[in-house]
Amino acid sequence: MKKDIIIIEAGRSERNYWMDLWKYRELFYFLAWRDILVRYKQTIIGVAWALIRPLLTMLVFTIVFGKLAKLPSGGAPYPIMVFTAMLPWQFFATSFSEAGNSLIANSNMISKVYFPRLVMPTSAVIVSFVDFLLSFGILLGLMLWYGFVPEMRIFMLPLFILLAFAASMAGGLWIAALNVRYRDFRYIIPFIVQFGLYISPVGFTSSIVPDKWRLLYSINPMVGVIDGFRWAILGGDYQLYWPGFLLSLVLVTTILATGIIYFRKTEKTFADVI
Amino acid sequence: MSTVIKIENLSKKYVIGHQREEKYTALRDVMAHKLRGIGQRLRHPLSPNKEETNLEEFWALKDINLEIKQGDRVGIIGRNGAGKSTLLKVLSRITEPTTGRITINGRVASLLEVGTGFHPELTGRENIFLNGAILGMGRVEIKRKFDEIVDFAEVEKFLDTPVKRYSSGMYVRLAFAVAAHLEPEILLVDEVLAVGDAAFQKKCLGKMKNVSKEGKTIFFVSHKMDAIRRLCDHVVLLEKGKLIAHGEKIKIIDQYLASEDLRSTLNDRGPAPHKGMHLRSIVLLGKDLKSKNHFKRNESCHVNIVYDINTPLENVHIVCHIVDIEDRIIVSTGDCDVNRELYLERAPGSYMTNFKLPTNILNEGEYTLIFALGVPYGYVYDRLTDTVGFSISESREKSGPAYVQRRPGFVIQDILWTTTQLDTAYQALPSSPEKGKFNE
Repeated sequence: MKKDIIIIEAGRSERNYWMDLWKYRELFYFLAWRDILVRYKQTIIGVAWALIRPLLTMLVFTIVFGKLAKLPSGGAPYPIMVFTAMLPWQFFATSFSEAGNSLIANSNMISKVYFPRLVMPTSAVIVSFVDFLLSFGILLGLMLWYGFVPEMRIFMLPLFILLAFAASMAGGLWIAALNVRYRDFRYIIPFIVQFGLYISPVGFTSSIVPDKWRLLYSINPMVGVIDGFRWAILGGDYQLYWPGFLLSLVLVTTILATGIIYFRKTEKTFADVI
Repeated sequence: MSTVIKIENLSKKYVIGHQREEKYTALRDVMAHKLRGIGQRLRHPLSPNKEETNLEEFWALKDINLEIKQGDRVGIIGRNGAGKSTLLKVLSRITEPTTGRITINGRVASLLEVGTGFHPELTGRENIFLNGAILGMGRVEIKRKFDEIVDFAEVEKFLDTPVKRYSSGMYVRLAFAVAAHLEPEILLVDEVLAVGDAAFQKKCLGKMKNVSKEGKTIFFVSHKMDAIRRLCDHVVLLEKGKLIAHGEKIKIIDQYLASEDLRSTLNDRGPAPHKGMHLRSIVLLGKDLKSKNHFKRNESCHVNIVYDINTPLENVHIVCHIVDIEDRIIVSTGDCDVNRELYLERAPGSYMTNFKLPTNILNEGEYTLIFALGVPYGYVYDRLTDTVGFSISESREKSGPAYVQRRPGFVIQDILWTTTQLDTAYQALPSSPEKGKFNE
């Protein structure tokens, strides 16, 4: 067996970091497994919880935006239209808050054991992804109920799921690192989650935004992600607003890249400040 | 043997902010602080930056140089805050050093806490997997060692019970069992043996000893000299972040026990006229009348006390408790116990008094002295705890041929046993023993 040689120096951990991350790959799985196990052990309704929440939100949005405000749905049934957006939004929102609190919640592990700290927020995102898959089941159910058949575009969906994953990681890494450093970010997390639900096109389609504002609207990266989901799942006359989508794409990539850099830069001090 | 750990000029600095009282930083405070700083700058552009003066640097480790060979069992000792845990944290890569360089050759496992990452809701079985993964084991590896771990921890029956229902002993056993089966080449252990019952502690020490027989290197931090003596060959002594000594265990442990923390003197505290009685100074003196606090058993030791009486007092005394490391009073003595007239009346003035410590009966260990001045079971004018202490050691030969370790008991009293060989074969005593045979 080859001997591992570790050199510890100030500002030096870069070299073996990604190799370490690979060595600890099973920890991603175990932490996610723990969180899921604990969640479903502690709550009586267990799995149902992951389903009830998006269903109820969908119901409220359909009534408020579809029935009361009578906003256009762009062809598809309003509940399906809302639910298509709920999927990436819920995924982002839970990832964001879970990842954001993941380091603080596991502070005893951070201060007592070494492992690449990236594992922690990432496995929180993985847990949210499991919820996402469960909710996806509901969407399939809704489509059956309404007899809605998607077009070939649905095969593009994995790409958009990837984008949603990237966006969730991007937000999660930033907020996780900031939250360790400045503890008042924990108050900001629920605010962003709540606020984001209304400024993102979840209860309505982004086509109701006037054209001259659309590019500006797309500064919210979730706009691009949600539009992508709708384009792939709903099809029909649902069109992607390309300049906005590309802007979202660029923003997600930038935030993710800077997020990783910032996280890597600060993670060495986590054990000292947590 | 090859070098497995090489530490060169290692230092670790923490910055302590004096203004902050919170444990953590809040962005709001940082911004408020910055703004205040800018405001100050505008008003007094030439004054030095206030912010920097509020921060104090604290070197948890300073210029540590150390080389550890393969198979060494190294004990790290030192007072609280000496940097022992920080050293282990840096070695296990939990926190990064400020300067210096460490080269580690081999797989490291650190056990700074027992049961890190254990989740109370999960069962024993689930926690074995989780904890194993956190400590760096793969799933296959854990599966392979699963039975061994369960065996060691003695929790077979409770494998599918959530660990929140475990007794604390079971919890610790399970946690240690997982860590003990890590099979690293280098094992870093911090004071984890302070938990669990005696039998289990013995088992853990045994396990760690076995580990080191397989050519593995162990770093062991403990306050328990006994455990260090049993497990380690080399000892590193840290003090205030600096490496003071490194070498053969007996020598270093003795040096540590004799070191400053157990103070042999309390320097003059100055007068306190508002108090009826006031203790001024205490000093422990050896035979040569020099202050010292590391004594052999039976070595002469005098406690010299100076005190003030500020108003005429009657029915007061000075009492001194000799307290062992676990806060048990071993011996208590007062200045009027023998000299009874002293109890009746004391005129104002300064007094000096001294007594001989009963080093002949004190067993090996560390002791502190507690002084109280006042009315017995009544008003206490002055009280001093934990300021002065001493340690007693004894050579194995002196404590008798049968004792390999510290003789059990709080005190030592050499008691003469009279033994004769019987002329005839022993016959059972009659049912009622003859009265008066043993001078009751």
